[in-house]
Amino acid sequence: MAVKRTYEEINEKIRKGQAVVVTAEEVIGLVEEKGYTRAAQEIDVVTTGTFGPMCSSGVMINFGHSNPRIKMKRVWLNGVEAYGGLAAVDAYIGATQLPDNDPENKVYPGKFTYGGGHVIHDLVARKPLRLEAISYGTDCYPRKKLETVITLDDVNEAYLFNPRNAYQNYNCAVNLGDRTIYTYMGVLKPRMGNASYSTSGQLSPLLNDPYYRTTGIGTRIFLGGGVGYVAWYGTQHHPNVPRGENGVPLTGAGTLAVIGDLKQMSPEWLVGASFIGYGATLFVGIGVPIPILDEEMLRYTAVKDEEIFCPVVDYSEGYPYCKPNDLGSVNYRDLRSGRVNILGKEVPTTPMSSYPRARKIAQILKEWIQSGRFEITCPVQPLPSADADIVFRSIPERGVNDLNNRR
Amino acid sequence: MVKNRVVCYFSASQSEQPIIFRLARDYDLVINIIKADINPQKEGYLVVELSGDKQSYENGLNYLRDLGVRVEPLSQTVVWHEDVCIQCGACTSFCPTGALVITDRETMEVTFDNEKCIVCAMCLDCCPTRAVELHFEVA
Ligand code: SF4
Ligand code: SF4
Repeated sequence: MAVKRTYEEINEKIRKGQAVVVTAEEVIGLVEEKGYTRAAQEIDVVTTGTFGPMCSSGVMINFGHSNPRIKMKRVWLNGVEAYGGLAAVDAYIGATQLPDNDPENKVYPGKFTYGGGHVIHDLVARKPLRLEAISYGTDCYPRKKLETVITLDDVNEAYLFNPRNAYQNYNCAVNLGDRTIYTYMGVLKPRMGNASYSTSGQLSPLLNDPYYRTTGIGTRIFLGGGVGYVAWYGTQHHPNVPRGENGVPLTGAGTLAVIGDLKQMSPEWLVGASFIGYGATLFVGIGVPIPILDEEMLRYTAVKDEEIFCPVVDYSEGYPYCKPNDLGSVNYRDLRSGRVNILGKEVPTTPMSSYPRARKIAQILKEWIQSGRFEITCPVQPLPSADADIVFRSIPERGVNDLNNRR
Repeated sequence: MVKNRVVCYFSASQSEQPIIFRLARDYDLVINIIKADINPQKEGYLVVELSGDKQSYENGLNYLRDLGVRVEPLSQTVVWHEDVCIQCGACTSFCPTGALVITDRETMEVTFDNEKCIVCAMCLDCCPTRAVELHFEVA
């Protein structure tokens, strides 16, 4: 009989400590050994993981009030500005924000030694941070300047809220130009000297749930070493793209917006990073549990690296100037092997996302579920899937004079 | 031909002298300055790569020692901070000698073998967490 499970039945087993949980890597071997049907009968949950640079990340902080009170107009943490255009002592520090006096790319390629991602890393490591704020002063918030030292334990709330993480699939980046370039996909050597990629492939959350059947709004996840939730679909979520027969998108596709309490996260799973010539960012660890509701879900989670393809994109011209250029696609088994064949050339591969760390996340999440401390969640609302008609928009360039005249 | 990296520590009076110029002119050595640090009191050190034939190399070194410059061989100059490394693997496609390498493509774990490192510094900039650092250590 075909296996069917409800979220509640799985949670019942989790509470009793009887749930059978395996990682998205382990499930591959189990399916080879037992076949889909038997594996689906045995396995309750498959855990996934990814640990990669995710620029669209940041932390919302409420600092608490000073005496006299201040309505922070501009606010800095260790010299890196947080967005303060919210209520008096709320601010959002973004992962890619740089210190005001950063030399950036003035001396090319810039080093970007410290930025928002590093502030978040230091904050979650409970290091003391310099907090500065300025304001114009009001009757209710008279203070105009604040300079102090705080730690994560001093603030009221600090929650990680990342508008776009866990990209379902991503480009493989090459450089067809004749000089080295410095990108968010790392250093790319000229004339296709290397090919960089950033995903944990067969371990990656949305590659194991290609149609977002069990991953939706409200899904409880591993986030930055603590517990988080899927808050919404991520920015640039574009599920209606070409897909393979196994349902796996052949390009970017789905993304997640995630949220969680920073105070229970760890600096091991939120790591500040510097991309030479590009900027600062944050490595984020995410793990999503996938309940095996039926055999179809099991088939999705058994996806292998060789069955996941991504497009090869040129970052010298193609990406920056939006010039489509068909360089074919490659699969993740080849990318992981260290060499990949692109247009007949053997190219060494440069991984950007940490596979060993992704595996460890899937392992930790598995242990959490096995021990009964982490239950799975039925999404409150599904994410738009392959049948959506989302249009991937670009910024229209219009003359601004017309607008001025109309006003 | 010898090619060696050495650290030269010198005092104020020595730094007044045209040491590098003499090494090049009188001892026919090719000198590549890797790092120099001289404090306002004019004391400091130079990390240089010296190359030339064996005899001139010895003579050059003796010249430095006679001046009172302390010359020490340079060793173990790249330090890999395993606790900082996040095992992304980005450095491995830049390291020309396989000192930083992913040996097992199943686990994808990155290891560092100091013996193989030629201190080319290729890995320094491409590491997003700056887990590899150049250290000037003296044997
Ligand atoms: S300095 Fe050069 S040889 Fe040494 S680990 Fe780095 S890239 Fe490899
Ligand atoms: S690039 Fe840096 S963080 Fe990544 S594996 Fe190499 S040493 Fe580790």
